[in-house]
Amino acid sequence: MAGYILRRLAFLPLTLLIVALATFIVLRLTGNPVDIFLDINRTPEQVTALTQRLHLDQPLPVQFLIFLRDLLHGDFGESLQFSGSAAGVVWDRLGATLQLAGAGLALALILGIAGGIACAVWRDRAVDAAISSIAVAGQSMPSFWLGILLIEFFALQLHWLPTSGYGDLRHLVLPAVTLAAILMPNFTLITRTAVIELMSEQFVVTGRSKGLSRARVLATHILPNAVNPVLSFLGIQIGTLMAGSIVTETIYAWPGVGRLLINSIGHRDVPVVEASVFAIAIIIALSNLVVDVLQMLIDPRIHRG
Amino acid sequence: MAETLLSVRNLTVAFQTRRGAFDAVRDVSFDVEAGRVLGVVGESGSGKSVTAMALMQLLPEAARVSSGQIHLAGRDLGSLSDRQMRSVRGREIAMVFQDPMSSLNPIFSIGRQLMEPLTLQLGLSRAAARARAEELLGLVRIPSPPQIMRAYPHELSGGMRQRVMIAIALSCGPKLLIADEPTTALDVTTQAQILTLLRDLQHRMHMAVLLITHDLGVVAEFADDVQVMYAGRIVERSPVGALFDRPAHPYTEGLLRCMPPLEDEDPERLPAIEGNVASPFAMPAGCSFHPRCPYAWEACGRIQPQAVTLGAGHDAACLRHGVVPA
Ligand SMILES: Nc1ncnc2c1ncn2[C@@H]1O[C@H](COP(=O)(O)OP(=O)(O)OP(=O)(O)O)[C@@H](O)[C@H]1O
Ligand SMILES: [Mg+2]
Repeated sequence: MAGYILRRLAFLPLTLLIVALATFIVLRLTGNPVDIFLDINRTPEQVTALTQRLHLDQPLPVQFLIFLRDLLHGDFGESLQFSGSAAGVVWDRLGATLQLAGAGLALALILGIAGGIACAVWRDRAVDAAISSIAVAGQSMPSFWLGILLIEFFALQLHWLPTSGYGDLRHLVLPAVTLAAILMPNFTLITRTAVIELMSEQFVVTGRSKGLSRARVLATHILPNAVNPVLSFLGIQIGTLMAGSIVTETIYAWPGVGRLLINSIGHRDVPVVEASVFAIAIIIALSNLVVDVLQMLIDPRIHRG
Repeated sequence: MAETLLSVRNLTVAFQTRRGAFDAVRDVSFDVEAGRVLGVVGESGSGKSVTAMALMQLLPEAARVSSGQIHLAGRDLGSLSDRQMRSVRGREIAMVFQDPMSSLNPIFSIGRQLMEPLTLQLGLSRAAARARAEELLGLVRIPSPPQIMRAYPHELSGGMRQRVMIAIALSCGPKLLIADEPTTALDVTTQAQILTLLRDLQHRMHMAVLLITHDLGVVAEFADDVQVMYAGRIVERSPVGALFDRPAHPYTEGLLRCMPPLEDEDPERLPAIEGNVASPFAMPAGCSFHPRCPYAWEACGRIQPQAVTLGAGHDAACLRHGVVPA
């Protein structure tokens, strides 16, 4: 197990190298940061200075190598729009993003799984029909639209919650709900399917024939077996979660990495864009590793070499 | 005369499926005596497993007992509450299934699955349950029990898994063990070992066993009595010896003819009973077997034959042996 984790971690740099190459190419393809960042009254000296600072006077391959060299030192360069290093700027926003993503994911998991279990237990009854339809409807609802509806109703009409911003727990509610809504429907449907399939397994009959109640078989035999299918799905959806986090942060002016990223793309703050993309890539890679390790702990049949 | 442990009277199990309604078990009556082995044979779909699940009161959702009674040691199982029935399962009737791979939960250790009924049903402490579980593994002749306790189902062979299932079934000292084709999924050598083990444990624990099988050879060797099911009904019942010497139902005759002789080298050339098992949705009128029966005459398509007693504990439901006056 420890060996497996180490081997997976050893592959992390390769993943990050690919991410680095992709970000580098996309950013260089989409315009010269000097043109966007310096205003109309720029002096030739400013242009030269910035060009040199960003190494834009070098050939592309050399630029990439310089970029990689700095990367090894965790150095993305200085932010163009904020004072301080790009890595530092991103680091300062990371907490807010993890808070939002964590809250949204927890909410989606708890409600989604509970809904899925209810659907499976009362399969083809009113409860199942109601929850499943809400889930399917939820799947097709765009987040920004849901966000606007929530703000309109809970913030502007009822004045229960703030419209946006960062602060106490009340600020977290609407963003977390909006983010959770992206993943929850799928968790419900996946859980429902997994539990229904497991209900017809022979070991369920064995459990009942030992004298266990229906509820106990569900809780102690079926649900533990349903965890892995849900985790597999979660692993695939970490990317969706992070993308959703970016949208949600933007809707609610949540000061996280996602909003910073959108903002920095607009301002062509290349170092910050790169650092943000990296932070998100690392979060996704590490989350997937955690998911894989959890699955191995749950199911002894999984052996990854 | 041994005391009657299980008594089933006029049991009918009805299925309600999307394709329609049908009776999988029809008007079945039989007794199991304490400490004896009753073999149940019949082709696939004849209602053997459904009968077993009805005894456990664990029928699938689509099925229900539409008439009849099941008495276990004098108690009517149909009248028990859910909670009362739960304490019957495992403690009074236990069950071993056909496929020992899927019968065990793949993500839990053997020890955990074996200790579960001991702590929940018998209320043993974890330490006591662990000790008892290791004893049980020894009882089913599993070498090095402490090691197997920590193993997971996929790490064991089919035969070992079935031994574990037997240990689980015996854990609460049931009076009746239902073994539904316990060796069908195993290779021949392992089959013999498992059956010998079952027979031995049955003797030692003075347990009654309902042994469901396709294989008349298994019945010949391990059962005291046998009943033959066809299309949801019992067509013949007999002490084992008499069944093989004097089969009374044409279906039984057919089954015996299809049995491979012990030293047969060419099992490919086994005769089979002509025709197919009657579809549950289109049961022939009269005797369900008559479309396939070499002796059938006109009345067989009209009259539902009733069991006729032919000797001690031997009866058959076939018009050749006479019609029971209504
Ligand atoms: N869950 C179910 N839903 C619908 N029909 C079922 C179900 N279980 C059993 N049946 C039907 O009930 C009848 C009896 O089935 P049963 O499983 O008792 O046969 P069996 O004698 O045990 O056969 P086998 O030797 O194949 O195990 C069959 O017609 C079968 O199709
Ligand atoms: Mg069966």
